[in-house]
Amino acid sequence: MTQEAISTDVVIIGAGPCGLFAVFELGLLDMKCHLVDILDKPGGQCAELYPEKPIYDIPALPVVSGHELTERLMEQAAPFGPQYHYNEMVEELEKLDDGRFRVKTDGGLVFEAKVVVIAAGGGSFQPKKPPIPGIDAYEGKSVFYSVKRMESFRNKKVLISGGGDSALDWTINLQPVAQSMQLIHRRDGFRAAPDSVNKMHALVDEGKMQFHLGQITALHGDNGQLTGVTAKGNDGNDYEIECDTLLPFFGLTMKLGPIANWGLNLHENLIPVDTEKFQSSEPGIFAIGDINTYPGKLKLILSGFHEAALMAQAAFKYANPDAKVTFQYTTSSTSLQKKLGVA
Amino acid sequence: MRIILVDGKGRERELAAIEGWRVMEIIRDHGFPIVAECGGACACGTCQVEVDPQWAAKLHESREDELDMLDQNYGGEWSRLSCQLIMTPELDGLRVRLADVAVREAA
Repeated sequence: MTQEAISTDVVIIGAGPCGLFAVFELGLLDMKCHLVDILDKPGGQCAELYPEKPIYDIPALPVVSGHELTERLMEQAAPFGPQYHYNEMVEELEKLDDGRFRVKTDGGLVFEAKVVVIAAGGGSFQPKKPPIPGIDAYEGKSVFYSVKRMESFRNKKVLISGGGDSALDWTINLQPVAQSMQLIHRRDGFRAAPDSVNKMHALVDEGKMQFHLGQITALHGDNGQLTGVTAKGNDGNDYEIECDTLLPFFGLTMKLGPIANWGLNLHENLIPVDTEKFQSSEPGIFAIGDINTYPGKLKLILSGFHEAALMAQAAFKYANPDAKVTFQYTTSSTSLQKKLGVA
Repeated sequence: MRIILVDGKGRERELAAIEGWRVMEIIRDHGFPIVAECGGACACGTCQVEVDPQWAAKLHESREDELDMLDQNYGGEWSRLSCQLIMTPELDGLRVRLADVAVREAA
């Protein structure tokens, strides 16, 4: 099926702080942005790794949480009407004959943009895979790292592995839907919210699910369909668990992912850029924030903001080679203030 | 003072150790490709080692945040984060094996 392409000025890959501020800087130059992010929310690492941790090095904000910083940046970007596409990973990026770029996501979205800005931080957040031999053969068939639709687990014999919030939340939420629910974790302590842990223990007490101490060491099944697993208990003895579905939840890790396949020059998984335009080896594709590298690079949010401002000027000139750019300040320019909705 | 490092291929190396240094830092300082992504903040789990069971009892117990990281990185019975192990004279001769998750892939 051919999906109708969304035509826009800019596609920004990554809705972290740098991607969000790029909306603002590009917006002042009348460039409209679509942002694509693999997470289900904006903020990137600020939202996923340290939403509650205080950040102390944002100018004029002596202390701000990752969550609050994200909210303020969203507010700042809002006048420019950015469109956000969450839970989507950009898989393909190619240059079209007319000089624009076609961007395709794993969810089937297609964009055609004059300019692409890669603001992807450490790459894409992807689930950590448990090192169980042969797990690849089961992935997508009976081993899943996320729950997209609860209904697909109806009447399944579900085994969940892990001790964090995802593991506990899905244990509790899928238990009424599944035919049977079992949870396995390497110890009796959990990182998950105590309330979820109590709920899980209550379900065990009511005989509605089982909890196992130990770690999965082998998978059994045919053609990707799981029939059970072998686990090693903390006493060192092996035991078998019958199940037809396994959901491992071991948190997320950052992987460069598909960016490696776009034909860009890379240096140790980073995108080298110049410090005038923050442009990659491919004209029209820019890279800002943690994903880029240049002499003297500091991985700071503050540096990413500066990079976004300079990149926006260069991106505008790239997209509008004949237009004259007049540099203006938001404090004095009526036209900028109109764009911001304050004049 | 020294530690014995067993790498992914089973090879043993004797590394000079310094009191007060983290085992992760000692491994890194000797130029081994240990990932140790977060630099010792107990926030990533990629400096994981398996401690020789004979040595395990000599180590202090894991704190909750270390256990959380071991949970997420498939730690086993003898697994520790090497950034949480600080060299003392009692640990002279400590034998650890680098976990797969801690070995940086060649670029």
